[in-house]
Amino acid sequence: MSFPWAKHYAPKNPLMKWMDERLPLPRLVYNAVGAGYPVPRNLNYFWNFGVLAGAALGIQIITGIVLAMHYGATGAGAFDSVEHIMRDVNAGWFLRYAHANGASMFFIVVYIHIFRGLFYGSYKAPREMVWLLGVVIFLLMMATAFMGYVLPWGQMSFWGAQVITGFFSAIPLVGDTIRVWLLGGYAPGEAALNRFFSLHYLLPFVIAAVIILHIWALHIPGSNNPTGVEVKGEQDTVPFHPYYTAKDGFGLGVFLLIFALLVFFAPNSLGHPDNYIPANSLSTPAHIVPEWYFWPFYAILRAFTSDFILPAKLWGVLAMFGSILLLFFLPWLDSSPVRSANYRPVYRTFFWILVVDILILGWCGGSPATPTYVILSQICAAYYFAHFLIIIPMISRAERPRPLPNSITEAVLAKHGGTSPAQTALAAE
Amino acid sequence: MIRIISSAIGAAFVFVLAIALFGSIKGQITDPVKATAVDDFHLAPKEVELKSNGYFGTFDKRQLQRGLQVYKEVCSACHSLSHVAFRDLKELGYNDAQVKKFAADWQLKAQTFDDKSGDRGERPNVPSDHFPKVYYPGTGSPPDLSLITKAREEGPAYVHSLLTGYTKEPAALLAKYPDSKTPDGLYYNPYFANLNIAMPPPLTQDGQVTYLDGTKSTVDQMAKDVTAFLVWTAEPNLETRHDAGFAAGIFLLIFCFLAWGAYQNVWRDVKH
Repeated sequence: MSFPWAKHYAPKNPLMKWMDERLPLPRLVYNAVGAGYPVPRNLNYFWNFGVLAGAALGIQIITGIVLAMHYGATGAGAFDSVEHIMRDVNAGWFLRYAHANGASMFFIVVYIHIFRGLFYGSYKAPREMVWLLGVVIFLLMMATAFMGYVLPWGQMSFWGAQVITGFFSAIPLVGDTIRVWLLGGYAPGEAALNRFFSLHYLLPFVIAAVIILHIWALHIPGSNNPTGVEVKGEQDTVPFHPYYTAKDGFGLGVFLLIFALLVFFAPNSLGHPDNYIPANSLSTPAHIVPEWYFWPFYAILRAFTSDFILPAKLWGVLAMFGSILLLFFLPWLDSSPVRSANYRPVYRTFFWILVVDILILGWCGGSPATPTYVILSQICAAYYFAHFLIIIPMISRAERPRPLPNSITEAVLAKHGGTSPAQTALAAE
Repeated sequence: MIRIISSAIGAAFVFVLAIALFGSIKGQITDPVKATAVDDFHLAPKEVELKSNGYFGTFDKRQLQRGLQVYKEVCSACHSLSHVAFRDLKELGYNDAQVKKFAADWQLKAQTFDDKSGDRGERPNVPSDHFPKVYYPGTGSPPDLSLITKAREEGPAYVHSLLTGYTKEPAALLAKYPDSKTPDGLYYNPYFANLNIAMPPPLTQDGQVTYLDGTKSTVDQMAKDVTAFLVWTAEPNLETRHDAGFAAGIFLLIFCFLAWGAYQNVWRDVKH
């Protein structure tokens, strides 16, 4: 695994030596996130976000396990048990606010992590498997977050569950049967609440397992870097520990600081007030909106308003799932051998258009479905699909990339005023 | 091959969206959405000055006590406060004996049920009881107030504005939207989502509640006090949370500073 110059684990402490001969767990850690993993020396702060996502998952699991000790998944008692946590459990308010806002922090970090991958071409060969597993993690996260949002059993929980499980009823012929089977009833109720709780407890551990595969797959080729040029020799890398453990330590501090400000000073700013109203199947909220991290996808869903061959609802559901599933094909849609957008002027322009496009989609998804927002979402959703399915395959062929540096070290030294990057690198590719 | 298939799928989605877009724009031109009375006359809540506002907000205990009095004498006839227990009132500055008496004197009694005989009965409340649920037989369904300031957009401002916002229905509204006359039995209030609320104006005249601490009980004062009280019922841990946040912030700032120093130190000889 990894590069020939990677340091080998040589325990000096007799206890660690004893351990290593019987169960080489310390060796595994050493090679995964210790001095035994050589990492490109030129990573910028965007490479902190993988570790931060791991930290966010850890925080969710720890706070979630304690919350589950005090929560009761019953139709009549779920809402009250959450209020019991907020008022009567020691530091319960902290646990719950940390868990609710922790989900938001997890998504912020993961979105930055995904866009980092898109910008620097981290999905390209030989890292396709890392990317595919990442998309799997993202899907699992969405399912987990959705089911978690249902648990407080407020108005948005109930009606969110109603809308999202309603997607399945868009499937022709068997849709309604599937929906009833999934919910355990004709509308979200105690049966749905119980199974969502069970799955909400299970899925984070599945995510953790897929993260292990994600990191395993990453460690075969090693980390990508801002130049997108492969590591050529020992001078291009530094050992993960202490170099990136130190940098990640600082990144983790900043992450926790922002997280703390959110939890302690604005804990309800990202939530919806309606979720402080107990679930009521007889009263529909004026605007049913999901949590902010689903807004772009919700806008795509609502953008499909015409029945063309298929019903509009089915188009919307297909498009919404398609908008994520297409990410599985991205490594093969983008055939450009150059990874980093720093050397791809055309791709870079479209990348930033995509970022703005998704932000507008998010804004539309969080707003009421008035004609203005629907029109805006239709334009932006069209761009979203065109970007991945039409524009990227086209520009990856037509674009003339800028010359790449010969090596990471050369790029680093050029940045510090050394030699200029050679102009021949692309031909060498 | 994959690029051909993907382009075809992409083109299909774009095409269907173009049709939908055409439909939306056509709909906007031929049948534009008409403004409603709510669009024109609904008002955003007025800002309200409370000690609990802002990132370092605290509670004014005397104001909370006055707010409790307003809740008891005015609101509690129709609105429950079921997430709050009588024992919680100690946080407003009452001692054990006062809380015990307050609970025992509470007009609505705790419900009891005898498992053996099946008899239902009543007993006076004790501090460990929550405020008993109020069953309201009239029109409308008065919401439980425990969480009301968190369950509405800009909750505290909303509650204060709603309580002080009752007016006569404006003539301009009736002139423009003749169908939007406030129905009988409802009351016009521009801060309510659909302008017509089932709750009669609860605070109608100055001096409606006689404050024990001698504060002059204007309608605005009573509305403000009960709002402050309802901020407490919704978020009783607000002060603890702000204090803990301050401590956590300082701790993490120091941590960031040290971590940054360690990072710089480790990397001092490596260009990157």
